[in-house]
Amino acid sequence: MSTETIEKKKESEPLFSKKNRKLLKDPLNDDNPITVQVLGICSALAITVQLKPAVVMSLSVVFVMAAGNIIISLLRNMIPQRVRIIVMLTVIAALVILVDQVLKAYLFDVSKQLSVFIGLIITNCIIMGRFEAFAMGNGVWKSFLDGVGNAAGYGVILILVSVFREFFGTGTLWGYSLIPDSWYMANGGFYSDNGMMLLPPMALITVALIIWVQRANNRKLIEEN
Amino acid sequence: MQELVNIFVRAIFIENMVFAYFLGMCSYLAVSQTVKTSLGLGAAVIFVLGITVPINYLLENFVLAEGALTWLGPQYANVDLSFLTFIMFIAVIASMVQLVEMVVEKFSPALYSSLGIFLPLIAVNCSILGGSLFMQERSYGNITEASVFGLGSGVGFFIAIVALAAIREKIRYSNVPGPMRGLGITFVITGLMGIAFMSFMGIKL
Repeated sequence: MSTETIEKKKESEPLFSKKNRKLLKDPLNDDNPITVQVLGICSALAITVQLKPAVVMSLSVVFVMAAGNIIISLLRNMIPQRVRIIVMLTVIAALVILVDQVLKAYLFDVSKQLSVFIGLIITNCIIMGRFEAFAMGNGVWKSFLDGVGNAAGYGVILILVSVFREFFGTGTLWGYSLIPDSWYMANGGFYSDNGMMLLPPMALITVALIIWVQRANNRKLIEEN
Repeated sequence: MQELVNIFVRAIFIENMVFAYFLGMCSYLAVSQTVKTSLGLGAAVIFVLGITVPINYLLENFVLAEGALTWLGPQYANVDLSFLTFIMFIAVIASMVQLVEMVVEKFSPALYSSLGIFLPLIAVNCSILGGSLFMQERSYGNITEASVFGLGSGVGFFIAIVALAAIREKIRYSNVPGPMRGLGITFVITGLMGIAFMSFMGIKL
């Protein structure tokens, strides 16, 4: 009975009401999964050495999160509280296997490059975190928007970090060289790539700088200590 | 015996889950506010890693790997179930985490409420699945070596998270620039700790 009234109220709401747009928009800045909610850091560090894998990874996460949020939201009243983790992981693992197979079929070279990290989407805590915090207590459409929004927020940071790291680390972007060859010291120039940018610690420091810029522009996110 | 000590020390310092592979960062960053909660989470990770790695080792060697089912009979010698690795490993991990969650909720409600959402998140802590996958990749010789590796990785995570929590408790008294407070400075600290731990790389006992 109670769920029925909720359903009715939701249906009368316009599809892109202010509240629903907020669900989609907030994760891009105010409630970003990486810089504010602190979820999904591992892959942000691991695959941001180059831009291309980061973009493919972001798209895969958008798909897994949107579809997973819909499925969990449909099942939310049937999942016993005690075994919810296993149910969620099964859903995620099935979706990740789907993504893996599609990538293998149509984008084999990228899939080969990403192989380990596609598997690691299963343990990407951003997905589990949103299942727990949102899809378990909200309707299908809202969960879908929340999933797309959060995955997009994750993708934005991933792409930003990988642009920085690929450009300063190897002087290329999407595999294309941007620094003229004659600039390099080997050819008598003045420029040298910063190999440090390719090491994992620099990913952390790049994310820290992004956080700094974001919070300097958005002072309500500043923490107490 | 020396081999076991070697695996243990390597897992803690040289192949540290957090600093060498940057696995398990989510809970590492989120639950390192105070030393007390980080001790709880670190202990939970040691426990879960110490249990899941040997179980997954058995699963790998007696069920999943190619020809592992030979003990059932000679007609199973060609069965290769390794494509099920991910889902089997994650199922073992998830059920173990659920077990730990129930035990903690029952015996230490204070710890349970302070760990909050991050206890279920141990299941998706990359360091747990990472531990099992490294175990598979490095193909340890027997179950003792696998367990020692699991425990060592857990201890490495424990040391990392407790050290970070201790630094964060002290940094509360420092005048960090506003936008860097909290998460930002924690990333920088972890980056610097990671650079320091990189000096352990390449050391062999």
